[in-house]
Amino acid sequence: MDLRYSPEDQAFREEVRTFIQQNLPADIRERSRNGYGFRKEDIVSWQRILNKKGWAAYSWPKEYGGPGWTPTQRMIFQEEIMMGNAPEVSGFNITMIGPVLMQFGTQAQKDHFLPRAANIDDWWCQGFSEPGAGSDLASLKTAAVRDGDHYVVNGQKIWTSTAHHADWCFVLVRTDPHAKKRQEGISFILVDMKTPGITVRPIISIDGSHHLNEVFFDNVRVPVENRIYEENRGWDVAKFLLGNERTGIARLGKSKERLEYAKELAREVQQNGKPLIEDPAFRRRAAQIAVDLKALELTQLRVVSAKKKEAGKPDPFSSILKIKGTELLQETSELVMDVGGPLAMPGWAKELAAMSNEPPYGPDWAPAMAGPYLMLRAASIYGGTNEIQKNILTKAVLGL
Amino acid sequence: MDFELSEDQRLLKDSISRLLSDTYGFAARRGYQQEANGWSKKTWDQYAELGLLGLPIAEEYGGFGGGPVDVMLVMEEIGRVLALEPYLASVVLGATAVKLAGSESQKSMLLSAVAVGQTKLAFAHGEQQARYDLNDVLTTAKRDGSTWLLDGTKSVVLHGDCADKLVISARTAGSRHDTGGVSLFLVDGSAKGLTRRGYAMRDGTRAAELALAGVRGELLGTADAGLPIVEHATQAGIAAMAAEVVGAMEAVHAMTLDYMRTRQQFGRAIGENQVMQHKAADMLIAMEQGRSMAMLASMMVDEPDADERRYNMSLAKVGVGQAGRAVTQAAVQMHGGIGMTEEYAVGHYFRRVMTFEHLWGDCAYHLAALAEEVA
Repeated sequence: MDLRYSPEDQAFREEVRTFIQQNLPADIRERSRNGYGFRKEDIVSWQRILNKKGWAAYSWPKEYGGPGWTPTQRMIFQEEIMMGNAPEVSGFNITMIGPVLMQFGTQAQKDHFLPRAANIDDWWCQGFSEPGAGSDLASLKTAAVRDGDHYVVNGQKIWTSTAHHADWCFVLVRTDPHAKKRQEGISFILVDMKTPGITVRPIISIDGSHHLNEVFFDNVRVPVENRIYEENRGWDVAKFLLGNERTGIARLGKSKERLEYAKELAREVQQNGKPLIEDPAFRRRAAQIAVDLKALELTQLRVVSAKKKEAGKPDPFSSILKIKGTELLQETSELVMDVGGPLAMPGWAKELAAMSNEPPYGPDWAPAMAGPYLMLRAASIYGGTNEIQKNILTKAVLGL
Repeated sequence: MDFELSEDQRLLKDSISRLLSDTYGFAARRGYQQEANGWSKKTWDQYAELGLLGLPIAEEYGGFGGGPVDVMLVMEEIGRVLALEPYLASVVLGATAVKLAGSESQKSMLLSAVAVGQTKLAFAHGEQQARYDLNDVLTTAKRDGSTWLLDGTKSVVLHGDCADKLVISARTAGSRHDTGGVSLFLVDGSAKGLTRRGYAMRDGTRAAELALAGVRGELLGTADAGLPIVEHATQAGIAAMAAEVVGAMEAVHAMTLDYMRTRQQFGRAIGENQVMQHKAADMLIAMEQGRSMAMLASMMVDEPDADERRYNMSLAKVGVGQAGRAVTQAAVQMHGGIGMTEEYAVGHYFRRVMTFEHLWGDCAYHLAALAEEVA
């Protein structure tokens, strides 16, 4: 047992960090640091910079154009991306549809879609959840009926992140309404978002941002060749997808970066005539977060380096990472907002700010401090709510 | 980065696990508490036979040259059955102090005696007024020819009642809170002027209060340089007992799961209730986070940079302390009334973990230390 990073891993971290420092455009970094988030073009242009370097498809094997990194290297890469305030590589493209194509796709599907996914020539979104099928995904109702060499899709998806940016959507549809088990009548298809009959309607989140959507399918014709794997076996594909690369879900680098950001601002902000960072209550809170971050970092390393892992078989321990990771994302975003105090409270509409030349209320960093706090309440809801994660642990680890 | 055990480590873990599962049933443990020293002489001899007493001692002194990870494996198994013997006190705390402070001849004599089970050590540093401050030392030592005379008291000395030799800290210069001027001494358990009041702690392990009135001691290593060694030995103790807490958490978690499967209420097992399942999942999460932090502590025992070691030990002490508290409190709660009884094992684990939290700095103490580092 040796619990230290190898010199090779340390050198790798240094290489990634240096590359990010030298190649990430300053305005993108600043928007991230200040909590304004990334614009579509930020994400695309950064992923293309990475792709030129051969790093965009960071979790892919070499034969598909990835760098062929070890699980530890992937983890280091993601952490440095987040700590460096660079946009995270598109999860839909790289860790979701990419591995699905490699595992289940036809040669033609692989040849066409994989390079485009790496370069975000196609922006992918995920059509899984429905109004009646959230954590209980298998109860989905969106129907696909065979008509010659097409499926005709009717139904509705919801909580579809970035559907308004997307070129393509991977969708779970019901192809056999009479299957004995609900899981057995589902297929996994790829839908071009420009197909007639698709309507994307925005859902504005409590932070005022447009990230989520409803997607309506009204007699949408999808070529049968866009199905992945066999008809009615889409549940296997979905399970594979959801089980892949779950370790990144802790987003530890983001929490680390936010803690440092909170401390930096706390040196600027005054309370009782002293910098807030000298307040014992603030320091105690930061110290407790440091403890929890360290524990999660080591637990994540244990999961990542666990041997005998099968691709597509989720390690149930990744549920621990999801729960603790999202709790830390929430705690650090709370800390940042609390440093802002009253200055974090004025409303701020992204679209308005973009259109007008008026300066924000208060310092530059103030307007967007509450946004991530609000948005990250979703962290314990998405990707399987933290309660569902506990159900998984109960069954898969505890055997109850 | 490698979390796998080596072949030797797996064998070590298996052999101690086999020994303790044979000898340390809950009823047997209560019997051992009634023995003369409050622990099992026979099991101690078996530790010696297996080589466990020389595990972290260098080969040149008759040991096996093992490291903190090997100690961690032993302590996890000790924690799993709540073994009562003075492994932590003698092989970890005492031997670490001798290893770090002693002259060549002192190491040669003492460590080889510890390795074969001939000598039991205890580490006597804490004093009643000191709480968790390692630099708060009032006990004094004055030179008297080639030896020294010690005066003062020592408090909550783990297994101080049965130790053959005690490593005792005393002030040879400076005043109460000075970080310099602390020295370590070897004192014979039967030394004249030494009074030992032994007692069982809340968790059933033994400790003692020491009174020293002109007790003759032999300087361990060099004078006035003792505090960094006290700190380092204490950190070895934190890491070892953190691993013990991991074993204890595993044991209570397994007991709780068993109980959830068997205990019927309202016509079904209580484990079928989601509210109980989620509590059990919370216990698992806390336990795994605690295990990670116990690994951190073991990893840091040999860290040469004292600041780095201190910071990470504080992280680990808080992490394991909070995890241990959460897991054992939940175990008692989920067992209901039976968890409150002396006849049932859960409450004993609960108290062992409680002891860990209140030795060498509790969570609040170490959080405050970490908070000082926030800048």
